[in-house]
Amino acid sequence: MDTPKLKDQATPRHQLEELDAVTIRFAGDSGDGMQLTGTQFTATSAIIGNDISTLPDFPAEIRAPAGSLPGVSGYQLNFSSHDIRTPGDEPNVLVAMNPAALKMNLKDLEPGGILVVNTDAFVESNLRKAGYETNPLEDGSLSGYRVFKLPITSLTMGALEEAKLPHKQMERCKNFYALGLMYWLFDRPLEPTLKWIDQKFSKMPEVGLANKLAVKAGYNYAETTEIFTTHYRVAKSDIKPGKYRNITGNEATAIGFIAASQLAGRPLYYGSYPITPASDILHELSAHKNFGVKTFQAEDEIAAVGAAVGAAFAGNLGLTGTSGPGLALKSEFIGLAVMTELPIVIINVQRGGPSTGLPTKTEQADLLQVMFGRNSECPVAVVAPATPSDCFSMAIEAFRIAIKYMTPVVYLSDGYLGNGSEPWEIPSIESLPRIEVKFRTEKAGFYPYLRDERTLARPWAIPGTPGLEHRIGGLEKQHVTGNVNYDPDNHDFMVRLRAEKVARIAQDIPLIEVSGEPEGKVLVLGWGSTHGAITTATEQLRAKGASVSSAHLRYLNPFPRNLGEVLSRFETVIVPELNLGQLALLVRARFLVDAISFSKVKGLPFKVSEIVKKINEYL
Amino acid sequence: MSEQTLTTNGKIAATLTRKDFVSDQDVRWCPGCGDYSILAQVQKVMPDLGIPKEKIVFVSGIGCSSRFPYYMNTYGFHGIHGRAPTLATGIKTANPELSVWVITGDGDALSIGGNHFIHTIRRNLDLKIILFNNRIYGLTKGQYSPTSEFGKKTKSSPMGVIDYPINPLSLAFASEATFVARSIDTDPKHLSSVVERLGRHKGSAFLEVYQNCNIFNDGSHKHFSEREVRDDRTINLEHGKPLIFGKDRNKGIRLYGVKPEVVTVGENGVAVDDLLVHDETASEPNLAYILGRMQYPEFPVPIGVFRAVHKPTYDTLLEEQISAAVASKGTGNLEKLLNSGETWVIGPDG
Repeated sequence: MDTPKLKDQATPRHQLEELDAVTIRFAGDSGDGMQLTGTQFTATSAIIGNDISTLPDFPAEIRAPAGSLPGVSGYQLNFSSHDIRTPGDEPNVLVAMNPAALKMNLKDLEPGGILVVNTDAFVESNLRKAGYETNPLEDGSLSGYRVFKLPITSLTMGALEEAKLPHKQMERCKNFYALGLMYWLFDRPLEPTLKWIDQKFSKMPEVGLANKLAVKAGYNYAETTEIFTTHYRVAKSDIKPGKYRNITGNEATAIGFIAASQLAGRPLYYGSYPITPASDILHELSAHKNFGVKTFQAEDEIAAVGAAVGAAFAGNLGLTGTSGPGLALKSEFIGLAVMTELPIVIINVQRGGPSTGLPTKTEQADLLQVMFGRNSECPVAVVAPATPSDCFSMAIEAFRIAIKYMTPVVYLSDGYLGNGSEPWEIPSIESLPRIEVKFRTEKAGFYPYLRDERTLARPWAIPGTPGLEHRIGGLEKQHVTGNVNYDPDNHDFMVRLRAEKVARIAQDIPLIEVSGEPEGKVLVLGWGSTHGAITTATEQLRAKGASVSSAHLRYLNPFPRNLGEVLSRFETVIVPELNLGQLALLVRARFLVDAISFSKVKGLPFKVSEIVKKINEYL
Repeated sequence: MSEQTLTTNGKIAATLTRKDFVSDQDVRWCPGCGDYSILAQVQKVMPDLGIPKEKIVFVSGIGCSSRFPYYMNTYGFHGIHGRAPTLATGIKTANPELSVWVITGDGDALSIGGNHFIHTIRRNLDLKIILFNNRIYGLTKGQYSPTSEFGKKTKSSPMGVIDYPINPLSLAFASEATFVARSIDTDPKHLSSVVERLGRHKGSAFLEVYQNCNIFNDGSHKHFSEREVRDDRTINLEHGKPLIFGKDRNKGIRLYGVKPEVVTVGENGVAVDDLLVHDETASEPNLAYILGRMQYPEFPVPIGVFRAVHKPTYDTLLEEQISAAVASKGTGNLEKLLNSGETWVIGPDG
């Protein structure tokens, strides 16, 4: 079977329609390979020049009972011929591999949207597991959609006759058959996926062959039958010239911290305990030991941060990573790092809570935990990447700040950023900031807590340096000498001094920028992963002439020094957050601004339409 | 790192004296505390180890014993409760050239820090761990600890402790410790010899010191540790030698099946050859475990080195993995890393 040549093969019976942007959601059982299908479609779309944004959505259970509602796994992607920043509000196309996937996802499909179903899975037992009393394929309940009923499993089996594989393994290729159908429907080339299969299954050629046959068969079926009357083309996006790769937030985080280590010329030390959705960072970093990266899978969250603090004392870049529940366990050690003024970075890939909460779903509800969730006055710097690719830059920023100010820095990502992906323009090494590391070596005049006048940072004097032997710890320190000290005035002074040191970071971070007019009716203020939805919503409204601007915080403690002034230039400030109004609380307290909190805690990111609707209330 | 390969900066390590290891801080333990003796012996042994003091780090948790680093003129880190092994792990793996010591207590190591104790030892990280066992919480003024005797009345157990105590050595063996020893604060000669062995071991080395808290648990070890009774109520383990003890050196330990028993040499036909011969290098710690559980008054309390075996340490293995990764993939190249995976170029014409 040859790979079809794309450009000219649309036979006259198939119309080719140009679309501006499409949102597809692949949904199936968690064992159906939907994440892989989604990432392949994403990679191919990126390579042919579309802008993309993705949203994987999978259950916490690795394999919930087959066919059950909790076992449904989905992958949504938005690909476009223009600049996009979100994975799309409502899918235009839903591929449902079984009744449970249909049940869980149909409510999101746009009215009149394309629905592709695998009819082979719509058997009595699966219908029952999904809670269908009648077969939705037959009872007329799908009449509001363009439904394509295909026996995807049996079509796959038929196509794989020549593959010498057990029945079960052949059946597992059905996701690639569905991928082939979608490749034809949206006029994508097969080559990137075929190439990927060759690499992935180089040691299992028969499995590779089966997957290749499946994806080609799906493509050819769509092309040769008349089941689809139209197929679609989404032109290349007008993306800034440059070299790109597709990247998830967690990947960008990992290589961002490796970059920080290279730029600082010091080894990266990563202490971590497996936790969703942060574990991918541990996997990625542990694969790069040739960069001198030391990864330590600790016995628990506390040991992970403890080792990072110890490594920082010894002169490495001490890094630990976790999600909300793990951060709670690390609190006491972060306090020790504040007291001993050591440069560590704590990654928190936030997830739904409280407690174990929603491990695989996204939320932004740890902001106040990282700001205040430790005993006593315990300030740390907080940064938050805004997009998957921004994770790279903010990782470097986190260590730049930590080292310059000798302070712990919390890096607040979330599940949506961590697992979501987008094209990333690969930066040149020269464009990256340098991170200056100055270990104290001079014995004369050395005091462990004597400070730099501008930054208030204490010296970094690492074990192994002759003549600088000294002791640090969690007990209050005497100013300058660092000796244990319980004097009331000294304590008052040191508490204020630690606060002042973190506050002074504001002199070293960029001002917040306003998108849109610098003053006006409404300012939408966001932080973290809401960037895409907020920016898209405000741009849409501005295009219609509305007086709405947006500003996005990537530095949450301290705030950029112009933030209060920016907020004061607008009649209304709206703060959309995936929590119950934590940033809103902070800006109200700090700036006496009557900020409007717009909150959502569904474990899902904002839709653009939700933000548009909220803004409209105040225009 | 080994003692032989160390290079020194500044003062030659070999010429250091005890005084070089005394810091400028006033020692603030209660007068008469057993901690003074341990501090003195550690400071005394340090110069003999031949390690430059800038390469030594003392790490501790919380408790009376954990003030120890402040009194050593080396690098030091007074951490948080139970977590000293985690700090030490980071320090040692970040810089394997350092000699890293953990000072802890029965509450710090076995209660709040039990998990770290197990796993740090399991990894055979090259650390020296000294546990001061006074069977009480001293710093918080007298609550029972995980090694307090069953039934003991303390501030938090006025009707007697109903927790069963843990044996620190049993836990160390169960955690696959490569070096396990025990000594007593009131026997400075023995203590210093064991501390020196500890310092020279490569791998997770664990030393339990019976230490007297004269304020909240005075005399908790004295029934076997006092000079007058010590010979009859303790037994000093020596590698390759039969287990003999007693003032008259005529008592010994014989194994009956898997049970130890006290016998008198020369009585009932018992000869020295019948006694258990101590082997600290045994590949399995079964015998050492049996010895570690012998308690007074049924048995003499064993002191000395129970176990000293060698296997690769975590810090060395980590360095080896890094070297192997560099050998197979080349030194990390950031530009290559950024450009890895599927990439594509968008030209000026879009």
